[in-house]
Amino acid sequence: MANKAPKILVFSTEKISDPAIDLAGLLKMHYPPTIYSIPLRCSSSVKSRWIMHAFEQGFDGVFIAADGTDCSYGESCVDKTAAIIAQTHEMMKAKGIEPARLKMAALCSVCAEPFVKHMKSFYEALSKVPA
Amino acid sequence: MKNKIGVYVCHCGGNISDVIDVNKVREEAEKMGGVAIAKHTIFACADSSQKEIAEDIKNLELDGIVVASCSPKLHLLTFRSVAERAGLNPYNYVHANIREQSSWAHSDDKKGATEKAISLVRSAVERVSHSVAMDPVSISAQNVVAVVGAGVAGMKAAIELADMGSQVYLIEKSHYVGGRTSQWGKLFLPGETGKSVVENLYQEVKKRQNINLFTGAELVSKKGSVGNFEIEVKITSRGVKKDADASTIEKAIEVCPEEVSDEFNFGLTNRKALMNFHPGQFPEIAAIDAATCTKCGKCAEVSDAIDLNLEEERITLQAGSLMITTGFDPYEPEKSEFGYGDYDNVITLPQLERHLELSNGKDLVINGKKIRSMAYIYCVGSRQPNGENKYCSRYCCTSAVHSAIKVREKVPDMTVYHINRGIRTYGKQEVLYEQSSKNGDIYIQFTEDTFPEVSSNGKHTVVKVNDLLTAGKELEIEPDLVVLVTGMTPRKDDAIGDTLKLPRGRDKFYNEIHPKLRPVETTIDGVLIAGVCQGPKNITETVKSSLAASAKTYSLLKREEITLEPIMAKVDAEKCEVCDNCSAACPFGAFEFVEENGKKVAKVNESNCKGCGMCLPVCPTDAIELSGYTNSEIEEMIDALTESDY
Repeated sequence: MANKAPKILVFSTEKISDPAIDLAGLLKMHYPPTIYSIPLRCSSSVKSRWIMHAFEQGFDGVFIAADGTDCSYGESCVDKTAAIIAQTHEMMKAKGIEPARLKMAALCSVCAEPFVKHMKSFYEALSKVPA
Repeated sequence: MKNKIGVYVCHCGGNISDVIDVNKVREEAEKMGGVAIAKHTIFACADSSQKEIAEDIKNLELDGIVVASCSPKLHLLTFRSVAERAGLNPYNYVHANIREQSSWAHSDDKKGATEKAISLVRSAVERVSHSVAMDPVSISAQNVVAVVGAGVAGMKAAIELADMGSQVYLIEKSHYVGGRTSQWGKLFLPGETGKSVVENLYQEVKKRQNINLFTGAELVSKKGSVGNFEIEVKITSRGVKKDADASTIEKAIEVCPEEVSDEFNFGLTNRKALMNFHPGQFPEIAAIDAATCTKCGKCAEVSDAIDLNLEEERITLQAGSLMITTGFDPYEPEKSEFGYGDYDNVITLPQLERHLELSNGKDLVINGKKIRSMAYIYCVGSRQPNGENKYCSRYCCTSAVHSAIKVREKVPDMTVYHINRGIRTYGKQEVLYEQSSKNGDIYIQFTEDTFPEVSSNGKHTVVKVNDLLTAGKELEIEPDLVVLVTGMTPRKDDAIGDTLKLPRGRDKFYNEIHPKLRPVETTIDGVLIAGVCQGPKNITETVKSSLAASAKTYSLLKREEITLEPIMAKVDAEKCEVCDNCSAACPFGAFEFVEENGKKVAKVNESNCKGCGMCLPVCPTDAIELSGYTNSEIEEMIDALTESDY
């Protein structure tokens, strides 16, 4: 880990958080290039098996850029996404993966600055977490 | 699995290729499994490139394509259409965003950006290789538009939409329509005033049965999505009856004890809490400013037309789309910026416009002093080398030159200095500059390295400036009046932006998807922007953008049907154990339980499914997949992203 840049997978959402990631680019707000996003329909559609698969394949961290209360499919999105995270944390513990490697934060469609801040701090934290 | 995939890597002029080694991305793409052809192109969205892609699809019988370019918010539909035109199912096309999420985000790391672009393309190739053909679905949409802001842009849009057949809700926060244009006097071109433009539009709005105008109204919440928005509007009572007798209203205003600075005149005068309309404001009925009124009741004692029940009313409206036309605030100079706030003869251009409207007779008298010489200082709050406002406000050079011509019509022997950073009276407006020059106005030019200084010598206000046009010679002027030519800024009150989560650009104005290709649409489907809320414009340009947004909105809603992506959940009956978790998780009641091969199983009702995917993670047997987001598609994408050692 000390010699290699951490790789982070972001599960974003097409209508809400992915536009914020685009806006960060538009505003030339830099973050490490080893951060990749896969946009989904809604953050509460992410499957634990996809997150676990990302860890198994070598991602150092997974970040859920959640819709929060802006979700166009309903306010229950917040609780449902949190439940997925909690369930996945248990699966990670069972596999000996540090739960801190999976994070979630709500990002609105114009939250470019918060996105970059989250990425920088998560990247920095992962650089210190033992592999 | 596809094995004839075409990959097209875009330079986007230099937006991508200035940072990313596009040819290296293409070379790597060529080696990826299933890729039959990989090309790079200067602009993938150009007609010629679209034709080339379509020909490749036909000639090489491609079974999938990947375009690596800008954000899919911009061109996903463009390339889906290319695929469709060439006979390929549009869902066998996948977009890789290597501009917003690579070249722009990592312009500080060219190698990193290139490696990321390769990974994103590899991931897109994996996704397209697992993609399946799908057909779009349609939903009903209401041909109803809620236009927020009844200035020139909002009223013009409402009229055009109404004439095309849409029902329009025109929602204005103030008790008066007209916005900023109400505040301006004589306009360029000649013969029109702000008042006449606003009055004309207001009368046209009133004539149309299918426009509902709400004044004193604010959009406070929004639910739903394009085609079927539900909005809540808060309406504050005007407090004055429509048929009020003018003389009793005058008396009521007179006795009103609450007095505040009048924002319509930019603080040059005061107004009462019970405020009368200014010339140029419509409807021509007084109104109570609820924020200032103490409900002391003195006005009601002298006029039966007053109703002090100022409670808010909230109504719910349904609309297919929303158009935002909320305008701008003039730049307010900082204290001491070019002497503003230090000397009472330093005012802004909007304040001068109001002085010209308020003053009678042939003289220009400000603070009791007859003005015989004046100096305009340009680009105040615009093109700031150190401040936040880097942009040019576009209207101010023309407006300042035009105001100088109006001043000279009033006071022919006025001495006028234009202290500028280069005059931008573009297009037809150049005739104003010519006329001003013929009038004898004096033009002095400074650069961003040597800003003018405004001070006092004890008797007079002094403007010191190094004039570029006379080899940087230092000049000292003692004008009677200094006018700061202030630019446009985004509205300070951004409640509507917060409610709708409207994206803003670097200039902090609301941002369109693309300035040339999608200039009035936002990233929020069904929410459009027009006028100065999007960026500085003069009245002509404002009307043009308003017409563009009207046409775009109407084209979206005219068929009262909107095509949506066919993203649906699907249950694998073999795996289903009828636990009911999916039904409990679905916000749209899309699950039903049916008998299949003698077994009770969950089934998705496609007319109810919105494709959110909330049902996917709750299924204990992983029996549900979402089209376009299947396990194989997502996991192969993840694998592709981890393949690089970078």
